[in-house]
Amino acid sequence: MFKRKGKSAMGASRVSVMTMNTIVLVGVLLCAIPFVYMISASFRREGDLYKLPVTVYPREWTMHNFHTLFEKTEYVRWYGNTIFTASIRTVLGVYLAALAGAAFAKYDFRFKRFFFFLVLATLTLPFHMLLIPLFLLMRDFGWVDNYLAIIVPGMVNVFNIFLMRQYIESVPDELMDAARIDGASEIGMFHRIILPLVRPALGVVGILTFVWTWNDFLWPLVVLHDDAKYLLSNGIATMDGPYEVETGAIMAGSFLATLPIIIVFLLMQRQIIAGLTQGAIRG
Amino acid sequence: MSAHTLTTANKPQSFSLADWWSRNQRKVIPYIFLAPFLLSFVIFTVYPAGVSLFLSFQRTRGFQQAEQGGGVVLEYKGWANYERLLTKDKRFREAMINGAEFWLGTLLVQMPLALAVALALNSPNIRFRILGRLAFFAPYITSAVVVGWIFRFVYDQNFGWMNSALAQLGIEGPAWIRDANLVMPSLIILGLWTWVGFNSLFFLAGLQNVPDDLKEAARIDGASTVRVFWHITIPFLRPVFVFVVVTGGIGSFSLFSQPYLLLDFPNTGPFDSGLFPLMYLYDMGFLNIRMGYASAIGYILTVVILIITGMQLLLFRLWKV
Repeated sequence: MFKRKGKSAMGASRVSVMTMNTIVLVGVLLCAIPFVYMISASFRREGDLYKLPVTVYPREWTMHNFHTLFEKTEYVRWYGNTIFTASIRTVLGVYLAALAGAAFAKYDFRFKRFFFFLVLATLTLPFHMLLIPLFLLMRDFGWVDNYLAIIVPGMVNVFNIFLMRQYIESVPDELMDAARIDGASEIGMFHRIILPLVRPALGVVGILTFVWTWNDFLWPLVVLHDDAKYLLSNGIATMDGPYEVETGAIMAGSFLATLPIIIVFLLMQRQIIAGLTQGAIRG
Repeated sequence: MSAHTLTTANKPQSFSLADWWSRNQRKVIPYIFLAPFLLSFVIFTVYPAGVSLFLSFQRTRGFQQAEQGGGVVLEYKGWANYERLLTKDKRFREAMINGAEFWLGTLLVQMPLALAVALALNSPNIRFRILGRLAFFAPYITSAVVVGWIFRFVYDQNFGWMNSALAQLGIEGPAWIRDANLVMPSLIILGLWTWVGFNSLFFLAGLQNVPDDLKEAARIDGASTVRVFWHITIPFLRPVFVFVVVTGGIGSFSLFSQPYLLLDFPNTGPFDSGLFPLMYLYDMGFLNIRMGYASAIGYILTVVILIITGMQLLLFRLWKV
């Protein structure tokens, strides 16, 4: 931090610092504007939204849209459905990814390279090519309009396995060998040594899975047809249809759906960004 | 595989089983740890991929009736579905062209912007570093459905914020998503908003890998800032460039939720100007119930995406430091 970089850092600094700060500030503003629109529209009446001149702040603040949301649509239910499915999928997904990651990181076994090749191959395959046959499979299972269809097929995520493998590699082998000498079972070591040591990684993988499930739209659209079973994304997407709600209510619904994700991100931003960028940069 | 002895041994004494387990658990446990992945891989990837391949050579009828217990009628058609998609189907061609346009558009504008943002965030004496990271990342983690809705309103010709902002500059705003020529630019702007910050984080991580002493040594040798940037920083960012190009390509051809909401699917913009391959697959499979045809779309799309992924290797080979 303290070693200054010769003359260029001092000489060019004033202008370049100004430029850099301006770029960041303009960027921040541009990123914020659509969110400002969403929040502002949530607290307006429809007449206020469609009146010229367009204003940034509501002319009159109102909770009207939230009432519409809760009374005219199944919003609360969708919210509960989403929390329920996303939580289950996250817990199971993290656990199963850690299991597979541990196998790849800490054990030698026959077909290891082949199995890892399968992981990498699945990583490059787009999930969407399977949209049609997976839907047919869900129908054969009787899982249409059933949350098993949301939770089970994507539960073992190869990206998460890949991430977990990288983190678990850092667990010292000596520790595991010492535990083996003390008579620890392999499953016991997984729960008492590996999982506690990679807890930050579990958090990252968990949050990524949660956010991904929370935001996913296409797959729920395909397998959930009953609007009482909808998740937030389907619910919000169809709000202009059967419910005939107005712009303000749609934005209010969007606002409430985005809030938890942004809060989680605020609390964990460093870990999330590290987790996302880690796997990718190695190319 | 030693795991089989467990089932074939069949010895009556239970202690020997425990004994066997305590001696062999280290050999067996990785397979148990991998079992969920392998099961899921077979059931939810290999099997459906096979079904899809089979269906893509069929003409399918009766999937709707199957819900009421009727039978599905399959008729082998050879390569007919593929042939039709690749030579006759104008909507499919439009969708592929749109995917390519979106890819090109986002790359040409997005990569330089993302790099600029990363350089700004990486420079010393920057203020609002944390605020910046938050603001740039927030669009990426926002649901695509929400993003689609917001931009549908923001692009509104009369009351949208886009045109009100343009009006401030004395420009009369266009119809954006109702104008065939502007649907793609509208989507690209939406894409910039969503992904510039996200990609800049990868550039930022890449920039932090550039060794400071290397740059310093070059400067002491009299290299200008521009030369240092061009000959040291940029080559070090090579993996990031390749990553952004490849993921951008995959994302462009599988764009779905944003145009779905922005254009109010099943509308796909005037003259299909906002139709993307995955939307077409959904349309064919679930609205037209032509499962075989949609499966063929899925396979063509997969081949395209595999080619893009393969480009990764090619790009690395072509661009040697």
